Amino acid sequence: MRIVVCLKVVPRPEEVKVNLESKTLDRAGARSVLNPADVNALETALAFRDTVGGKVTVLSMGPPQFEPYLRVAPAVGADEAVLLSDRAFGGADTLATSYTLATAIGKIGGADLIVCGEESSDGGTSQVPPSIAEWLDASQATYVERIVSGKSAATVLATRVLENGKETVELDLPAVVSVVVGANEPRFIDYDRWAFAQSASVKVLDFAALGGDPQYLGLKGSPTTVAGLREVRKPGRRREVLTVTADDAAARIKAEIERAGLVRN
Amino acid sequence: MTGANDGGCWVYAERQGDSFLSVSLELLGKARELADRLGGELTALTVGGNSGAGAPLRRYGPDHVLELTHPLLATYDAKAYATAIGAELSKSKPSALLLGATRNGQDLAGRLAVRMRTGLTAHVTGIELDDRQNLVGWVPGFGGGIEAGVSCPVRRPQMVTVRPGVFPLPEGRTPTGDVREVVPELSEKDLGSRRVSFEVKGSSVDLTRAGVIVVGGRGTGGDFTRLEKLARLLGGEVGATRIATDAGWVERDRMIGQTGVITHPKLVLVLGASGAVQFTVGIDRASTVVAVNRDPSAPIFDHADLGIVGDLGPVVDSLLRALEA
Ligand SMILES: Cc1cc2nc3c(=O)[nH]c(=O)nc-3n(C[C@H](O)[C@H](O)[C@H](O)COP(=O)(O)OP(=O)(O)OC[C@H]3O[C@@H](n4cnc5c(N)ncnc54)[C@H](O)[C@@H]3O)c2cc1C
Ligand SMILES: Cc1cc2nc3c(=O)[nH]c(=O)nc-3n(C[C@H](O)[C@H](O)[C@H](O)COP(=O)(O)OP(=O)(O)OC[C@H]3O[C@@H](n4cnc5c(N)ncnc54)[C@H](O)[C@@H]3O)c2cc1C
Repeated sequence: MRIVVCLKVVPRPEEVKVNLESKTLDRAGARSVLNPADVNALETALAFRDTVGGKVTVLSMGPPQFEPYLRVAPAVGADEAVLLSDRAFGGADTLATSYTLATAIGKIGGADLIVCGEESSDGGTSQVPPSIAEWLDASQATYVERIVSGKSAATVLATRVLENGKETVELDLPAVVSVVVGANEPRFIDYDRWAFAQSASVKVLDFAALGGDPQYLGLKGSPTTVAGLREVRKPGRRREVLTVTADDAAARIKAEIERAGLVRN
Repeated sequence: MTGANDGGCWVYAERQGDSFLSVSLELLGKARELADRLGGELTALTVGGNSGAGAPLRRYGPDHVLELTHPLLATYDAKAYATAIGAELSKSKPSALLLGATRNGQDLAGRLAVRMRTGLTAHVTGIELDDRQNLVGWVPGFGGGIEAGVSCPVRRPQMVTVRPGVFPLPEGRTPTGDVREVVPELSEKDLGSRRVSFEVKGSSVDLTRAGVIVVGGRGTGGDFTRLEKLARLLGGEVGATRIATDAGWVERDRMIGQTGVITHPKLVLVLGASGAVQFTVGIDRASTVVAVNRDPSAPIFDHADLGIVGDLGPVVDSLLRALEA
């Protein structure tokens, strides 16, 4: 089984600020991490490979600074890491991002199963996985918590977590799945393993190496534009914080409930 | 160059069994307004296994109802649905297509946008029109702390997924519009997946409409019985953080926040939740927030009108006594 895991490196959400004058994001002050859901995606892929055999390649699109983050993957057992990095890929929306990732999957020899996270913690659109599936004409299952082998080698069984229950589908390969945050207990983040990770190499592909149709790449390939940015206004809360006995606390909460007009006295 | 905006507005009306999701009806209400402002028509699109299911949509003001029916469309499959819907979009060329940002709605939208080679604005919390009459959707990012106004000026249709509970649920009115059925050409090979089983989870509750919500987080340790009692006394519902629903302490449709629902109750009582941004986006529209947490530095207190520092157990017990007295 050839498995590709799409890993995104993201800034810690709480450390990103909007510069309200320039209406741009200030990510410079924010530290980066592997996107939380992608850590679960990687674990899903490694565990599945360990049962069915095969090879796991991690794939990421982003600036060269992402390279050290990708080294974690080989250190925990991925077979290969590929970083797509070129100015031509910059400014991509989900259409262009998914095109670039899909093209790279073809370039590195294709895949039977592509495992993504459910959503990133920065853009957070959750659109990239189903979009990759369409570019590759693959089947898809999003919001998956579990994958097991199917009846034949041409399928897998995927369990999706939906609003009203859990759906298990028989999914034809090749397929793209997106894995929910917390789906499993990842086998790292053990930073002692960084020592191994330093020796692992990450293959970097730029535009020349990737090929692909430039009309679908980067800013040019992105039909959406960001017309504005705003910090979500925190509602003007009273922020009265009390340390009192349980009975006094209850009396205060009850008063709040009555003030909201919710209790008949 | 800009795209045309008078080609009409389509809404994908998603079904669960025989009933339509409220978010789809909310979108019909909003899209009626948009279609009127843009001078186009409103089409409600529904997809499923048998004909006749679209008729109830006529009560929400459409000019047309389009039913795509085929036995292979009886359960949702992204590939087959995208094939059926994509063909109709290519024929009719609407200016906009709105979908509910449900899990299947987003699953479908991501695929369909690529098929149409168009832009998709994700799970918005508001829609405006810019000075060229393009839709601008406000997309929450970074766990919900920041919103980007995203538009798709050139390609059509402009695709937007919208979070449940953002727009008001319109009242059903005198039916309008015609119903047209199309049976797409599909065969087994157009499917990418087949449903093997479906395990229905608990009751279905719609927290977007609750007036009072009693929320439990990890700090409850999993015991929701007293929270349920409290909610009952207040005529409200129990809600939960993702930690609590992931642990299986309460049903998943009680999850509040970025992955869960955005609520706007009169009062929300938050017990043992830290106040992660992914959670607080779901309570920031409440009229009043009260929080109990034993950690005085918990971020939840920045989102609360009244905060109580302390162990939630005794506070809940006292409150139950006070309310029952
Ligand atoms: C606030 C904000 C709002 C935005 N709104 C929109 C919008 O409405 N429409 C739009 O088209 N774009 C939007 N974008 C841009 C979008 O975030 C980028 O296109 C981004 O490159 C990919 O989308 P995502 O982060 O939303 O990924 P998601 O679709 O949320 O990511 C899901 C999974 O896809 C994989 N993946 C995603 N990106 C990469 C990558 N670079 N490398 C490897 N794997 C990856 C990962 O497995 C990830 O877990 C927005 C960006 C921001 C910051
Ligand atoms: C992509 C993504 C999407 C997410 N979406 C959501 C979402 O929609 N909704 C959501 O809720 N989360 C979401 N999360 C998770 C979110 O980041 C937090 O992890 C989660 O909200 C924390 O839940 P909690 O507050 O219950 O638990 P914790 O953060 O562990 O907080 C527990 C709190 O309880 C307090 N406490 C403990 N014991 C007691 C006691 N006896 N009395 C009083 N206080 C006590 C502690 O002081 C602590 O502050 C998402 C995360 C990701 C990565």
